[in-house]
Amino acid sequence: MALRVEHEMHQRRFSRNVGLGLVLAAFVALVFALTVVKVTNGDRMHADDGKANTGTVVQPASGGSQP
Amino acid sequence: MTDIRSYEDSRDAGFGDYVQLLKPRVMSLVVFTALVGLLVAPVSLHPVEAFTAVLFIALGGGASGALNMWWDADIDAIMRRTKGRPIPSGRVQPGEALAIGLALSGISVVMLALATNVMAGALLAFTIFFYVVVYSMWLKRSTPQNIVIGGAAGAFPPMIGWVAATGSVSVEAFLMFMLIFMWTPPHFWALALFMKSDYGDAKVPMLTETHGRRVTRAHVWWYTVALVPFSLALGFTPIGGNVYLAASLVLNAGFLRGAWTIWKRDEVAAEADGYKVEKSVFRFSLLYLFLHFTALLADAGLRAWGGF
Repeated sequence: MALRVEHEMHQRRFSRNVGLGLVLAAFVALVFALTVVKVTNGDRMHADDGKANTGTVVQPASGGSQP
Repeated sequence: MTDIRSYEDSRDAGFGDYVQLLKPRVMSLVVFTALVGLLVAPVSLHPVEAFTAVLFIALGGGASGALNMWWDADIDAIMRRTKGRPIPSGRVQPGEALAIGLALSGISVVMLALATNVMAGALLAFTIFFYVVVYSMWLKRSTPQNIVIGGAAGAFPPMIGWVAATGSVSVEAFLMFMLIFMWTPPHFWALALFMKSDYGDAKVPMLTETHGRRVTRAHVWWYTVALVPFSLALGFTPIGGNVYLAASLVLNAGFLRGAWTIWKRDEVAAEADGYKVEKSVFRFSLLYLFLHFTALLADAGLRAWGGF
């Protein structure tokens, strides 16, 4: 005989687990989307040389010849 | 069978109980006003950044709601209106609410700062602090002016939305703040007049309990008078326009008329018609705030469209 564990408590726990799982998945997707937007729309970054607003401008990598 | 009985006694919370901790109805107002503050700002954000900003402003508001429920669990258990909340009804443990409130506060502040700017994150942190520490822990149980000063917490979202887009506070953001801040007292006191509340049993000093209904009626009128200049002034800033000014004039006239009627009638008349005027002014006040912000949005839309 199969053991049935579908108590109402299990339903509540299940709803909690599914809910939390969806929230975490949505959070990961949001951080990913935000990262893509920030990187693609971002200003050119300044290298920090310790002086205010005079940092060397780092050009975006043109790709291809990196070791 | 003993085991099964012990399971039946256990009160594991479902996902919905945790959502209830965040006061979803309050969050809907936060989402709307923060969105308007963000959309009417002269600097536009990328849609993903704007969505993230509004989401975490709302979540910050929800976190402060959870912390408020944790702190106020004792009085929530006494009052009829709040008895069914997750903590007094035993579905969520106080410690869980505290942990969720603190964790979500941290996440929302950090995420808002990362998605937009540090100033917006700091303002959200201050709002949470204000609602939880200044309002819930300090003022709510000590002064009948609790509604007045506590209203500031609800007034911050459009300002945070604006700061998220522009990076700084300006006169427009200040006036949006003042619009909600000055609107809150007459809105809640109109409600307090017709709600037979049990704040007295919970020892929360509401104006109707400490100073009586006559004084509360006068307060509704005078605070509505004080609200008018702020709501009209917003129409003369760069985010105002013809739609806003027209809407504001009509809405202020309606609110003043209702507040005047509340002031001029007494309890006998109110009892006789079942607090008809007080109820209609309360409903009108909700519409008042909603339409002011909708009008701001309409004017921004018209400007973007090039019409006005």
